[in-house]
Amino acid sequence: MDWNTLATALFGADHGITQEGDLLRGTVHFDREPLAVIGTTNHAPIGVRLALAQARAVLDTIAQHPGRPMLLLIDTQGQQLRRRDELLGINRAMAHLGMAIDLARRRGHRMLGLVYDQALSGGFITSGLIADACDALPEAEIRVMRIPAMARVTKLPEATLNALSQTNPVFAPGVGNYVAMGGVRALWQGDMPAALREALANAPVDDRRALDGQERGGRRLSASVVQRVLDAA
Amino acid sequence: MSALDTAKVSVSYAECSARERIARLVDAESFHEWLPPAERVTSPHLAQLGVPSAFDDGVAIGRATLAGRPVFIAAQEGEFMGGGVGEVHGAKLVGLLRRALRDRPDAVLLLAESGGVRLHEANAGLIAVSEVMRALLDVRAAGIPVVVLIGGANGCFGGMGIVARCADRVVMSDMGRLAMSGPEVIEASHGVDEFDSRDRALVWRTTGGKHRWLSGDCDVLVEDDVTAFRDAAIAALDASMPVTLARLELEHALLASRLRLLPEHVAGDEAVALWARLGVADASRVAELDVDAVRALRTV
Repeated sequence: MDWNTLATALFGADHGITQEGDLLRGTVHFDREPLAVIGTTNHAPIGVRLALAQARAVLDTIAQHPGRPMLLLIDTQGQQLRRRDELLGINRAMAHLGMAIDLARRRGHRMLGLVYDQALSGGFITSGLIADACDALPEAEIRVMRIPAMARVTKLPEATLNALSQTNPVFAPGVGNYVAMGGVRALWQGDMPAALREALANAPVDDRRALDGQERGGRRLSASVVQRVLDAA
Repeated sequence: MSALDTAKVSVSYAECSARERIARLVDAESFHEWLPPAERVTSPHLAQLGVPSAFDDGVAIGRATLAGRPVFIAAQEGEFMGGGVGEVHGAKLVGLLRRALRDRPDAVLLLAESGGVRLHEANAGLIAVSEVMRALLDVRAAGIPVVVLIGGANGCFGGMGIVARCADRVVMSDMGRLAMSGPEVIEASHGVDEFDSRDRALVWRTTGGKHRWLSGDCDVLVEDDVTAFRDAAIAALDASMPVTLARLELEHALLASRLRLLPEHVAGDEAVALWARLGVADASRVAELDVDAVRALRTV
């Protein structure tokens, strides 16, 4: 879904969110309470600059508006694949963004991710996946890597991977699989404001994704392995 | 002990297996492994791809003592799937970190060697790495230092490259590499002119230990020697640095100023240009200098 369509559905036409390049930023009022919106669009590749721009917005909100909830709008093709970004420490810039979101949570900000279009690997792990919880629209696309690239890296035939992607939630792209594995808490369908209201009210503040994955049957071992480590003699 | 046993023979950290690294890093015979290979906690996903699994899913975890003090330790095995994080591998790391939060050792040592998310179980691996990040930051927030050590041949990439930069302290050897995307992935995506993955000197200038030291991306630069890593780990035992708003503002300023320092187009090598602009003396000679000499050049 186009970000503006989503924002209008959620907050009305005068939502006040602005786009600058691939960055989305604004403060909206939802149920008469201020809510900071930070995100990306155009399937943005997340390089050092865009990671820092998002971190800036999170840090400003922590400093100027203690406790204000933040909604992270996610549309990314993943990390910027450039040598210059690697030289400049893209992993450090992304960790910085992730730590800013994590700090906000610890200081009592409600942190919600919403994949409204596309989410891939590096661009997702330090946004929605490190928020209190991450939700998604049903038509969103979530994956780690495209299948041809995956075939190259894993040296497995593309046909094998394509076949697996039809049946195996651990491997296959798709937002439903992320729900089954606990990585996505819920899908927003129908009434968008009602979905946001529900998320703000009910998203957990502790990390229960492994338990969700176990209960939903998409990630059967994670929670029990964690527990075995805790119980090991 | 014979004189031979106690002689100071340098052992390459890069050439050790994960368990050899642990054995030589912590106090002798002090490592107690949780979920060891005998328990056969393996990946449930690899068999259907016709890929062999490992009885530890590529990571060893447990408790030990370091200079007599209790620590928790994990070591990723680069020889198994490049240290890639799958469901079980990631859950072992999360379990170790949650247990650290409960039992409060003096530090958690993470001997990272990983290409990041294991693509064969991509979705589970991606979620697992983010669970590791959150669990690590819980431990850090509790005042227990998390120390990441990087010196394996496979480097520390992808999600694990992000995890490393979430830790209290990063120790690297000049052999080590720390980054996000591997050079092969960048070359495949943007061509050999963007990143020639076979140009080893270029790869190390971009991601290697010396660069990470000069740019401040690692906190300690050591020789490729297990004793040097052990000494650095001991020195890090009291290095707790909880994440605060003030600290993140400093981090932001550092990263923003570095970004401004390097224009989009520079004449000559970009790494050398960046070092020179950081005020590093002899920037053009960094590649040929030894670790001691490079250690003295840092300006940040």
